[in-house]
Amino acid sequence: MMRDQKLWTWHIIAGAVILVFLGLHMLTMHMEGVIKIGSLNPASARSEARGGEEIHPTSWPNVRARGVRTLYMASYILLLGAALFHGLYGLNNIIREANPAKWVQKAVTVVLLLVGVGLFVFGTWAAIAARAVARAAVPGL
Amino acid sequence: MSEMTKVTYRIRRFDPTKDASPHFETYTIPYTPGLTVLDGLWRVKELLAPDLSWRSSCRMGVCGSCGMLVNGMARLACNTQISELGTDQLVLAPLPNFDIIRDLVPDLMPMIAAHQDLHPYLVREDVAERESPTGEFFQSPHELEQYLQFSYCIKCACCMAACPTVASDPVYAGPMPLGQAHRYNSDTRDGGFALRREVLADERGPWRCHFAGECSRVCPKGVDPAKAIQLLKRQLVLDIFHLRQQKCPAELAPKPKDINRRDGIPEAPKPSV
Repeated sequence: MMRDQKLWTWHIIAGAVILVFLGLHMLTMHMEGVIKIGSLNPASARSEARGGEEIHPTSWPNVRARGVRTLYMASYILLLGAALFHGLYGLNNIIREANPAKWVQKAVTVVLLLVGVGLFVFGTWAAIAARAVARAAVPGL
Repeated sequence: MSEMTKVTYRIRRFDPTKDASPHFETYTIPYTPGLTVLDGLWRVKELLAPDLSWRSSCRMGVCGSCGMLVNGMARLACNTQISELGTDQLVLAPLPNFDIIRDLVPDLMPMIAAHQDLHPYLVREDVAERESPTGEFFQSPHELEQYLQFSYCIKCACCMAACPTVASDPVYAGPMPLGQAHRYNSDTRDGGFALRREVLADERGPWRCHFAGECSRVCPKGVDPAKAIQLLKRQLVLDIFHLRQQKCPAELAPKPKDINRRDGIPEAPKPSV
């Protein structure tokens, strides 16, 4: 009981989370030339303040400057969780609509659950490790 | 279409005692202006195919019995003028997404069972008042508006036949039962939300609806079951966070005081039941 009611609600919430974070991603990576928010690309902002050369959002100084911040690490993990849940729950629903046998439905659910948990654990480890690498690369941290 | 003198019915026939699978048979009958699809069926039965079966009763779009597939669209046969179809070639089949009992008669029991599971009536704790009413429950015109259009449903199953999710998902309750669940959940006289939620929260609930909107497009009464299902989803999501507006079942409206019956108006007869 309540299973679909809760899962569908989380599906919608995860969709909203993805929408917000994809918006931030677009601002950070693709709209820097239009809307400049210093905290999204700190290295670019610092370079511009010093009158230095333009630094691309995906360049190492920007990646490192974002990576050392706990807030960014948390946002990577949150986006990963939301995207995995939204995508895999949606995929599970699509497969169910093909009306396979009950045991196939159960097997698909278990496989997708394991894949989701596995990817989430791996992605979370990667986000934490990336932060450690970024911190190690910044002198004084 | 004023030149039309004949109309051809291509009807999907199936007799489970004789046929292994359904097949089409063609009948041509004279056309007269004003002929409905149902009138034509009676003419076919009278003149050409006395063993042809379908359901019908009221002949005026009220009972919901004569839902069938007319030229690819689920319609009420009694409510459909042949002239409005724009052709003299009619193809009739039983409503899809249901088993066929015979010819144009679908087995609507799965729909009825789903409807029944969702308690499609006012659920109240004051059983005595429900069984032996002593007055009217208070309901404002605005509160009536919240469910009025959904109460026009005649359970003809046209929406169920048009729904792509019902076509593929045998567990999904379908637009009619879900629309009616919303109709009663939205009624301020009702207190049965928690009871219906037991069904709505699981896979029979509104979660598999893709909002294709076909149910609303084919509804012969202008009901919008697709909207009802989306509103139902909203209610259930708000319920998870305890944000659903809790409406206590409406109380009995106070009886008017100091009002005298006008002269010449008789007393109402005593209840016979």
